[in-house]
Amino acid sequence: MTAASLRDRTSQSGSTLTREEMAVATRALNRRRLTAFALVTPLLAFIGFAFVAPITTMLHQGVYNPTVAELIPDTLARLQDWDGRGTPDDSVLATMAVDLKRLANDRTAGKLAEELNRGLPGTSSVVKATARKLRNVADHDLPSVGAALLLEANDRWSSPELWRTVREAGKRYSERNFLTALDLERSPDGEIQRRESARIYIQLYVKTIKMALIITVLTFLLGYPLAYMMANSSSRVANTMLIFILLPFWTSLLVRTTSWIALLQTNGVINSLLMGIGITTQPIEMMYTEFATIVAMTHVLLPFMVLPLYSVMKGIDPSLMRASLSLGARPIPSFLRVYFPMTLSGLSAGGLLVFIISVGYYITPALVGGTDGQMISNVIAFHMQQSNNWELAAALGTLLLVVIVCLYWAYDRMVGAGNIKLG
Amino acid sequence: MAEFPAYYNWKHKAGIYMLRFWAAAALLFLIMPILVMVPLSFNSQPYFTFTEGMLALDAKAYSLRWYQKILDSPNWILAIKNSFIIGFFATIVATVLGTVAAVGLASAHMPFKRIITALLLSPMIVPLIIIAAGMFFFYTRFGLVGTLPGLVIAHAALGIPFVVVTVTATLVGFDRALYNAGLSLGTNPVRTFFEVVFPLIRPGVISGALFAFVTSFDEVVLVLFLAGPDQRTIPRQMFSGLREQINPTILAVATLLILLSV
Repeated sequence: MTAASLRDRTSQSGSTLTREEMAVATRALNRRRLTAFALVTPLLAFIGFAFVAPITTMLHQGVYNPTVAELIPDTLARLQDWDGRGTPDDSVLATMAVDLKRLANDRTAGKLAEELNRGLPGTSSVVKATARKLRNVADHDLPSVGAALLLEANDRWSSPELWRTVREAGKRYSERNFLTALDLERSPDGEIQRRESARIYIQLYVKTIKMALIITVLTFLLGYPLAYMMANSSSRVANTMLIFILLPFWTSLLVRTTSWIALLQTNGVINSLLMGIGITTQPIEMMYTEFATIVAMTHVLLPFMVLPLYSVMKGIDPSLMRASLSLGARPIPSFLRVYFPMTLSGLSAGGLLVFIISVGYYITPALVGGTDGQMISNVIAFHMQQSNNWELAAALGTLLLVVIVCLYWAYDRMVGAGNIKLG
Repeated sequence: MAEFPAYYNWKHKAGIYMLRFWAAAALLFLIMPILVMVPLSFNSQPYFTFTEGMLALDAKAYSLRWYQKILDSPNWILAIKNSFIIGFFATIVATVLGTVAAVGLASAHMPFKRIITALLLSPMIVPLIIIAAGMFFFYTRFGLVGTLPGLVIAHAALGIPFVVVTVTATLVGFDRALYNAGLSLGTNPVRTFFEVVFPLIRPGVISGALFAFVTSFDEVVLVLFLAGPDQRTIPRQMFSGLREQINPTILAVATLLILLSV
C-alpha cells in the first residue's frame, strides 16, 4: 500500500488524515518493507555467494583465457606490430626463444603447447621439441641467435599460420571458445566462417534436443493415460497408483539407473527373459546405447509428467465427457474436443518440465549411454575433467544455459514459475 | 469401474479396456526396475542377473554377502558417514535461511518480489552440470573444493528452492491478524514468530527440510566435481562402482536406500 493509496482510502471513507498521521503511516509502511527485505537478505547473500557468483564465474571463464598471455607476455608484446603476413621479424622469434627457454626450465612449456594446439592441431610437438632444444643454450646467446635456433629446431616457426595462432591465443578476452562451441572459426582474413574440420558441437546440441523431445513425447504417451485412469478411479485405486508413481520418484536417481543397468545389460534380466522364452537366441545389445539413455530417462522423468497432469485432470468434471457421449458424439472426437483442451495446462507444465530437465541431464547418459547416448552435459563434463579445456566447457555451458533460460521463460509465461508443485 | 453406462457400445468398452491395459503397462514400467533389484541384491553370485538357482527358489542361491561387504568396506562406511554429515548441515542451512526468507517474501510489502523469487528458485532450473562447473571455478579461489564445508554450501544452495516453495505455500493461508494479535499482546516480534507463526507453518518447514535433505543425499554431480576422495558420499561411491566394478554390492546399497525412502 502506498501513501497515495492510503490517502485515497481515507478520502473515500469521508475522514481525512492529518499530516502527522500520514507521516506515521508512511514510516510504519517503510519499516515493514525494510523488515521484509531484512528477512530475505541473509538468503540473498548466501545464494549470491553459493550460486550466483559461481554461475557468473563460469560465464566469464567462457570469454577469458589468460593462460597464454601470462606464459609469453614479451613475445606477444612484440607480435603487436606484425601485420599477419609472412614470418615475423627476427626480434619476435628471438623473444619467443627466450620465453620458451624460460618455460622449459619452469616446466610449463607443456601448458603453452596444449593451449596452442587447440588453435592449430600439430603445434604441440613443435613447441615441446623446440623448448627441449633451447634448454641448454646459454642465456646471453639467445637474443642474437634465438631466431636462427628456432627455425633450425623446426621450420614451422616460419609459417604465418602458426604465428597467427599464437597471437590469437594470446588475447586475454576472446570469443574463440564460443566460435568453437558453435562449430565456427576465423579464417586467415579474420572473417567468421563454418569450421570445415570436425563439426561436432552443433550436431550434439541437435541430438540433445532430439533426445529430450523423444523423452518428452514418450512420457506423454505413457503418462497421459495413466493420469487419466488415476483421475477417473475410486480414491482407493487412485491412491494405490499414486504410491506406484511416488515410490520411484522418491527413490534415489542412482538406484533407478542401477536397476536399468541390471535390466538392460547383455546378461541382464530382459535379455535372459527374451532368450528364456525363445524370442531371440542371441542377447540384444541394449546397454550403452542411445536407446538405454532414452528408456532410463523416460523412467526417471515420467512422474514429472504424470503429477501435473493428474492434478489438472482431478479437477475436470467427469459429467462433461458423459454429457458429450450421451449426446451421441463418438468417443475420440468428444475426447479431442471436450476433454483434451481442458488438460492442456497440465500437459504444458509437465512437458516443459520434462524437456527442461532432460536437456541438461548428466548422470543417466553418463552411466548407461555409452558413446552414442551422450548428451551435451556429458561433453561439458568431459572438457572439465579429461581434456582440461575449461574455457570451452564454460562456453558450451553458457550456450546450454541460454537454451534453458529461454525454455524457463516460456514455462513461466505459460504456467507460472511459482506454481511448481512438489510431490 | 466395472459398470459401464448403458449408452456404451462394444467399441467404448474395448477402448476402456485398452486404456486400462496401457495404464497398467505404464505402472509396470515405473515399478519394475525396483521390483527386480531387491531380489537381485540377495544374489549369491557376483552377477546382475537371476541365476537358475534363484528362479528355482533354492535357498543356497540367495545370500547376504553383499550386505556384509558394505559393512566390511571402509570406503562405504566413510561414504555413508559423509552423506549424513553433509545432508544434515546442508538441510539446517537451507531450512533456516529458506524459512526466514519465505516469511519475508510472503509479506505484502516485500519490494522486487517477482525478481527475487525467480532468483531464489533458479538453482532448481539450471542444469547441475553448469552449477557444478561454476562452483568448481569459483570455490577453488576460496579453497572450498575438496572440503566438507564446500559441499555443505553447495548442497544447501540446491535445497533452498524446495524450502522456499513449501514454506511459501503454507504461508499463503496465513492470517496476518494472528501475528498482529501476538504483537499487540506485548510479545516481541521474535517470540511472536516462534510461538504464533512457526507452529502454523511447521508442516511446510518440515516437508521443505525433508526435500532439502533428500536432494543433498541423492546428489552426485556436484560431489563429482567438488569432492576429493575423503568426501565421497553414497551416490558418489555408487557412481564409481557402476563405472568400474559392477557387483551386487551396489544393488544391496540401493535396496537399503529404498527401505530408507519408505
